[in-house]
Amino acid sequence: MRKTAADPKGVLEGSHFLDGDHAIAEGALAAGCRFFAGYPITPSTETAERFAERCPAAGGLFIQMEDEIASIAALIGGAWGGQKVMTVTSGPGLSLMMENLGLAVMTETPMVIADVQRAGPSTGLPTMPAQQDMMQIRWGSHGDYRIIALCPDSPQECFDLTVEAFNLSETYRVPVFIMADETVGHMHEKVVIPPAGDIEVVQRNWYEGPKKDYRPYQFTGKDVAPMVKAGDGYRFHITGLTHDERGYPHLTVDQNEKVVTHLIEKIDSNADNIIRLDESEVEGADVVVVSYGITSRIVSRAVQLAREAGIKTGSMRLITIWPFAEKRIEELAGKVKAIVVPEINYGQMVREVERSVAGKCRVVSVPHCGGAVHDPDVILDAIMEASK
Amino acid sequence: MSIEVNIEKFRAESPMADFLRMERMPHIWCPGCGIGTVVNSFAEAVKKSGIDMDKLAVISGIGCTGRVAGYVNFDSIHTTHGRAIPVATGLKLANPDLKVVVVSGDGDLTGIGGNHFIHAARRNMDIMVICVNNFTYGMTGGQVTPTTPQTANASTTPYGNYEYPFSLPFLADACGATYVARWTSLHARNITKSIREALNHKGFSFIEVIAPCTTLYQRRNRLGDGLDALEYYKEDAGVEKDVDTRDVGIDFQGDIAMGRFVQREKPTYYEAVNERYANVLGDDYQLYGMSKPEREEKAKREAEERAKVQALMEDEEAQMMAEDMGVDEEGL
Ligand SMILES: Cc1ncc(C[n+]2csc(CCOP(=O)(O)OP(=O)(O)O)c2C)c(N)n1
Ligand code: SF4
Ligand SMILES: [Mg+2]
Repeated sequence: MRKTAADPKGVLEGSHFLDGDHAIAEGALAAGCRFFAGYPITPSTETAERFAERCPAAGGLFIQMEDEIASIAALIGGAWGGQKVMTVTSGPGLSLMMENLGLAVMTETPMVIADVQRAGPSTGLPTMPAQQDMMQIRWGSHGDYRIIALCPDSPQECFDLTVEAFNLSETYRVPVFIMADETVGHMHEKVVIPPAGDIEVVQRNWYEGPKKDYRPYQFTGKDVAPMVKAGDGYRFHITGLTHDERGYPHLTVDQNEKVVTHLIEKIDSNADNIIRLDESEVEGADVVVVSYGITSRIVSRAVQLAREAGIKTGSMRLITIWPFAEKRIEELAGKVKAIVVPEINYGQMVREVERSVAGKCRVVSVPHCGGAVHDPDVILDAIMEASK
Repeated sequence: MSIEVNIEKFRAESPMADFLRMERMPHIWCPGCGIGTVVNSFAEAVKKSGIDMDKLAVISGIGCTGRVAGYVNFDSIHTTHGRAIPVATGLKLANPDLKVVVVSGDGDLTGIGGNHFIHAARRNMDIMVICVNNFTYGMTGGQVTPTTPQTANASTTPYGNYEYPFSLPFLADACGATYVARWTSLHARNITKSIREALNHKGFSFIEVIAPCTTLYQRRNRLGDGLDALEYYKEDAGVEKDVDTRDVGIDFQGDIAMGRFVQREKPTYYEAVNERYANVLGDDYQLYGMSKPEREEKAKREAEERAKVQALMEDEEAQMMAEDMGVDEEGL
């Protein structure tokens, strides 16, 4: 994996007052993304708009496609054309992307997809926040697969995690999601963009051996094969069909096992390197609140109130959503009375927590139908109740 | 009686060896299927054009025709059903030096992928789209498609088709394609010539090839085998010059108007992007790091190259005519 400083052309160094959507676009440019295909949808459109405005001077290209199916399809072409690529969307557009998410996973094509979540189902509440797509990205495309997902809770993190998302997608040749939401996407805060020299960027791992020996895949379950780009004489082939290391269709059960196991293991076996958590006062706590994204900011108030009320309360913020931090949660489960999981949906990640805890402590869901953030008192009540 | 095929010998001796991934032979296509003819003509066109095979990419969707990308020895992507064009669009824009060719079926390109087709034509995206139109969803067993003529039988119109079909040259023309042609799989030399022209064309080019699906469409409609289809094309397909694309619809087993229907110059999507950005942003604009003089120099080089190839093709044609071995009025 070749790490370099960022290309200064994409880096808007300085201290800015930006909303999360714009910060995502800046993160992409800083990470070296030079091709963006998107389709407008509230509350994500500002990312596309920002990229469209900024990319010509950074040496990139933006195209507004005819729909989200075309947007993600164009990313697959763009990536194999040699670029770092991204798109942005929200619920309805995300649903349209599901089939080609599968193609991207299957062809091990690096790309970043930002999902600025709004409340559903269907058109739902277009201008209001939610965290309802957490399971769709994990299971929404057919077949067994893994992706990586990161969840920012501020415009600053929108920038930072977008850079990281590109780095992870190059490292593991996998689509990486930024799971923002309407509130983080539209809130303005200070965003500090470091000088290009201080931003670490993972460059694509280009193949360098003899042309005829190039293999687009290796099914090790750990590392991914280096990539090439079209036009350089490697004559590569990639397909959504079950394939061998040359990329040729190989339609047998045995081969499918090799391919699918690899797609799963390359993420699972590296989970410890991928997963990032933000914990506070977890050791010795009776109750730990597990949250992510915008909800974490409400949680920090609820946790403060609970501590003031004398309850030993810890907080764990999931910066990495997928792969899920199951080992760490299991560890905690043996030490605490209860884990409280507030999220702006009717209980998605809480199921992962329950699965990891496996009965070792109580798990309390604090659901929300979407359209707003929780009232901190609701979370506080749940903490109080769980501490008994 | 089983037919012995010496695959090793075929691999070693085939004139297509450079062009096909021989290690993937035999292919899946049925005897008499028209897709192979298109692949042959494509190979021939690429060979004659002398273009650098490393700089050409083939993208397909899903279907029998969609398998083309897997057999040809180019950078190639076998995408999802209907999505070859947006993948090709991404590839072309990310790497503008490539020639990007989409080869796919009628259902793939104009049913599920219809939206992408019309928008790529509208943008004058600089890609070539070859549609093998067999009037059916071959791979899934002979269902009706957006091009199936009325009254034709398909597995999902078992009492005969009652929908109005697309006429693809008209669709492409109306949407803004800058090169539009139609041939049948009998007219291999014309297909080859058309593909050469399209390879040298700047902008969205569309070539429709009417081709038999022997196993499903032919059989279900009691139209005989592959040879019978070619007989039909020989009888009822004819070159039409200066025809309006509104008038080239195809009725069930009716006349087939063939020819190069549209060839016009218009800035491509990429050129339009370049021009707009360069006008507004001046020297600040550097697409993928290329400065304005570099971009202009490159455009000039490419235009000269195209003109050279054009002149060469015209010479060849004149010579063929002179030798009286060229394309006669029926295109045979
Ligand atoms: C999203 C999706 N829907 C349906 C299919 C099933 N399917 C596979 S091939 C095909 C039809 C292809 O027809 P056409 O494009 O005309 O190609 P042909 O086989 O005739 O060459 C269909 C419907 C699919 N693969 N994906
Ligand atoms: S089913 Fe039809 S289209 Fe498919 S290979 Fe056979 S003849 Fe060709
Ligand atoms: Mg068809």
